[in-house]
Amino acid sequence: MEPVELNTVQEAISRLANKDVYLHLETTNGAYASHNNESFFSAGAYIRNALVKYELGKITGNGPYRVGLKINLGWVYAEGITHFEMDEQDRLLLAGHDSEGKLAVSLEISRTPFK
Amino acid sequence: MKKERHVLVVFPHPDDEAFGVSGTIATHVANGTPVTYACLTLGEMGRNMGNPPFTTREKLPDIRKKELIEAAAAIGIQDLRMLGFRDKTIEFEDDEKLSNLIHSIIEEVHPSLIITFYPGYSVHPDHDATGAAVIRAVQKIPAEQRPKVNCVAFSKNCIEDLGEADIVHDIRAVADKKLAAIMAHRSQTEQMFKDMSERLKNEDPQVLARINYERFWTFTF
Repeated sequence: MEPVELNTVQEAISRLANKDVYLHLETTNGAYASHNNESFFSAGAYIRNALVKYELGKITGNGPYRVGLKINLGWVYAEGITHFEMDEQDRLLLAGHDSEGKLAVSLEISRTPFK
Repeated sequence: MKKERHVLVVFPHPDDEAFGVSGTIATHVANGTPVTYACLTLGEMGRNMGNPPFTTREKLPDIRKKELIEAAAAIGIQDLRMLGFRDKTIEFEDDEKLSNLIHSIIEEVHPSLIITFYPGYSVHPDHDATGAAVIRAVQKIPAEQRPKVNCVAFSKNCIEDLGEADIVHDIRAVADKKLAAIMAHRSQTEQMFKDMSERLKNEDPQVLARINYERFWTFTF
């Protein structure tokens, strides 16, 4: 993955607009967060292969970035995005990694279901 | 370590075997005991991606699968089974389906010893759910025919609730194999290991104790 290039990512998001797309969206502190620090309130959410269509999608911020997708009846968003990749299956992979290289958030958009 | 007829190891993630159990496995293999390792997931939700990132959420499972195969080879496991579940979803699976699957593996390989996580004392929800599924599977077997079950536990309250581990294996004779298994899982262990190998060189007693001794609690039904 590469550090986010705003224009490249925005173009990719726009290219996937108004199409049926599959989403992977995940936030996590890791399963050991509360074990390593008992006062830490661990929370996360995960959805894989949600089938949506968005009419408008934007990446904003100065880094880490935020991504919002306006879907038929609602919204999808992720914050903390630092890296992107268009993979060999032409999927847009976005992720936010902390200073140790640990994934904290992931938003991925694909025309075909994720494995 | 007592010679076993067959050892079955059941854990949810590649690398679950590395720190706490790989020396014990390598010792059983050295004793000529066949070992089956059933690993439920490919650790798809691992968080170490590197800085700069060396992989993506989508490619991580392939990397961890290769690492698991390499680690299993390092400690001499001949029968590695990847069961195809997804990381962090074990507790949400159908309990009966899961324990039936494990029961079928027990029936097939007929182990004299099973190694898994102690349900309720193993921190990660997948660990607890895997251990619970193994216990349910063994409970399906008539009491007098049940294999022994040795559990790994590491929650903060495990010693308070369970007492000290009743089994401690000195695995120094196979420490090199254990280190090779830990290093095989490099995508997840490299950072930790860098720090650890330095401390190992300096014979840090805490690290030596963690590498050289493996602790288990015998599960009582």
